[in-house]
Amino acid sequence: MKRRSVMKYAAVAAALSMGLTACGGGSGSSDAKESGIVRVTLANHVWTEGIKAAIPEFEKSSGLKVELTQLGEDQLSDQYNVKLNAGSDEIDVMMYRPLQEGRAFAKNGYLADLTSKVSSDSGWDWKDYQEGPVKATTADGKVVGVPIITEREVLYYRKDLLKAAGLEVPKTMEELEAAAKAIKESNPDTAGFVARTGKSAAVTQFSSFLYSFGGDFTDSSGKSTVNSAAAKEAYAYYGGLIKNYGPANVSTDMSWPEAMAIFTQGKAAFYTEADSLYKNATDPAKSKVAETVGFAALPAGPAGSKPYNIPSWGLAVNEASGNQDNGWKFIQWATSKERTLAAQKAGVPGPRASVWADSAGTSTYPKDLAEAIAASAKNGVGHDRPEVVTVGKAREIVGEPIVASITGADASAAADSAHVAFQKFLDSEKK
Amino acid sequence: MTPPRSAARNAGRAPGAREKFSDWANRHRKWLFAAPAMAFVGVLIIFPLAWTLYLSLTDSQGSVRAATEFIGLENYLTVLSDVERFWPAVGRTLTFTGIALVCEVALGMGIALLLWRPFRGEKWVRVAILLPLVATPVAVGMMWRLIFDPNIGFANQLLAAVGIPAQPWLSGQDTALGTTIFMDVWQWTPMVVLILLAGLTSLSEEPDEAARMDGANAFQRFFFITLPLMMPTVIVAILLRGIDALKTFDILYATKGKGGGSFHEVETLNVYAYGLSFDYNQYGLSSAVLILFFMIIIGSMWLLTMRKKAVSK
Repeated sequence: MKRRSVMKYAAVAAALSMGLTACGGGSGSSDAKESGIVRVTLANHVWTEGIKAAIPEFEKSSGLKVELTQLGEDQLSDQYNVKLNAGSDEIDVMMYRPLQEGRAFAKNGYLADLTSKVSSDSGWDWKDYQEGPVKATTADGKVVGVPIITEREVLYYRKDLLKAAGLEVPKTMEELEAAAKAIKESNPDTAGFVARTGKSAAVTQFSSFLYSFGGDFTDSSGKSTVNSAAAKEAYAYYGGLIKNYGPANVSTDMSWPEAMAIFTQGKAAFYTEADSLYKNATDPAKSKVAETVGFAALPAGPAGSKPYNIPSWGLAVNEASGNQDNGWKFIQWATSKERTLAAQKAGVPGPRASVWADSAGTSTYPKDLAEAIAASAKNGVGHDRPEVVTVGKAREIVGEPIVASITGADASAAADSAHVAFQKFLDSEKK
Repeated sequence: MTPPRSAARNAGRAPGAREKFSDWANRHRKWLFAAPAMAFVGVLIIFPLAWTLYLSLTDSQGSVRAATEFIGLENYLTVLSDVERFWPAVGRTLTFTGIALVCEVALGMGIALLLWRPFRGEKWVRVAILLPLVATPVAVGMMWRLIFDPNIGFANQLLAAVGIPAQPWLSGQDTALGTTIFMDVWQWTPMVVLILLAGLTSLSEEPDEAARMDGANAFQRFFFITLPLMMPTVIVAILLRGIDALKTFDILYATKGKGGGSFHEVETLNVYAYGLSFDYNQYGLSSAVLILFFMIIIGSMWLLTMRKKAVSK
């Protein structure tokens, strides 16, 4: 068994990284079959920080020992690609992105079926989970993950700049553009608007604009609609805001850390981003504008205000793990009502309805943010990227027109060619 | 002299299993000692290569364990006819390697010549020059990424201080590759200096002195005496650095991420293959790219080795 898994590793590692210098870290012991050890792999996230601090509590009550591996998002993905591909039993519980990897993992059989487990414990209460997040962690009618963090796109803005310009908080896309323009013109060093610009990274934040203009990535029959009139308008609007009122020398590689840095350095008036990242803007240690930052629901487009409302992370059990029952025990504890409340208080919007209903669940949030979240949860859309198996490739395709629009190229033509490429991609996935 | 005790004990007795083994081991010792190294090469080089070759002939995607079909050379045809990603990536790989090598060898030779003759403070200068070499490429990438940030980076602030407008550096579609080449040169020139300096110090002084007596100036002595004598060393430096530069990955990934940026502006073959594997999960296609890449590396190294032989004669 051991030798076979070594060979499998060698094979997968060979297939994945010949000629590359990317290497995984060392491996732990691999023979914990329903042992007293639960091996948990988590991403670097505020949620992880909270759970990490509470682990001794779990170890004491369950008598199990937790072996924790913590990685950055990309490293985490790569690690799963290698280990799960090889059928490794070295991971029991894994934190994953249901919308990014969920379909691929479920299709490949990496995720254990948790259906009977989630429904067997009424105290833990699976029915308490919001519908959208549950849908995202369900594959072919089977529950394969438990959502832990939910996200909606909201508008971050600078109260002081708005006040100085005598402007109201924008309620529509038109007002947002006008306000961005006014502020940029009166403060040449400050951008009116900033958001993600990287081809793939921007797709999730662009999605809310797309929905608010009345578009989507695909129609109900699964055909590409990225060149619809609404989509073209959305591409032109999002890219145009950044091109015309964005930071000087804007790069087309920005993901949230870069865009957030511009906002928190006080160099932008408006910023649209996931609400779950709000602490970066309100924490004085990280943000120069902590005192003056305000939040609002995404401004309404022609189709209304339709931000995404999604579970960005979930916990799952590795199908190949011999330690599934203990893995489930960890998940049960980490996602309990108490832990979800604690996480939410620490700034991680959770997926449990009861926690949102509890006033303690929103007590630590800035009031305007809590209101924006409540509004977004009502009319939100359950996905923020194309719902396909190979999400990475799909994002690159539908992200092309965003970049074209930012750089001032013909966004409409880019949307047309993205449509052709995207339809071809969708057809290839159906095979 | 008394015979060894074991010999005395064994005298007059047929050799046992141990002696037989030790005899056998003695006769085959050159294989025996090389065996661990050969096993290492087999497991870590030949097996992965063979497996990649096999994968490149299948339609493997999604999961390596999923059922695959043997599709012959189809992946290669797909890759070789891909003018959107593959051929530009080949071009970038060769551009990156070519320019970086020329800069590194020219700069390396210049610095090595300066360091050749002893001078005061030599030790400190050498340590300072070697510093970039000891940094991890990923860390180097991160560091330069911060320095070259278009809005809050040090590079543009420095330019602003002397009145030059901000440059896009890494974020520009046309400037990104050049900027990453600069980083590679910054990090790896010291290695070339080391190799060339070793070559210089082992040169015999006589031809140089003779030329000096004949009235040759420094320029002439360098181009007609030192450089020809140094050619084998220079080619070794090019070989070592060339292989590394061809397969550069860390700096590119750390600065521009997946796909080599929004326009694939620094996407070399390595970055492309990485994206195919880890982002698109197209293992068959990615393996085909890697096999072709491997052939490019072997081919260029073979050419260089031939050249070195010619020079050494």
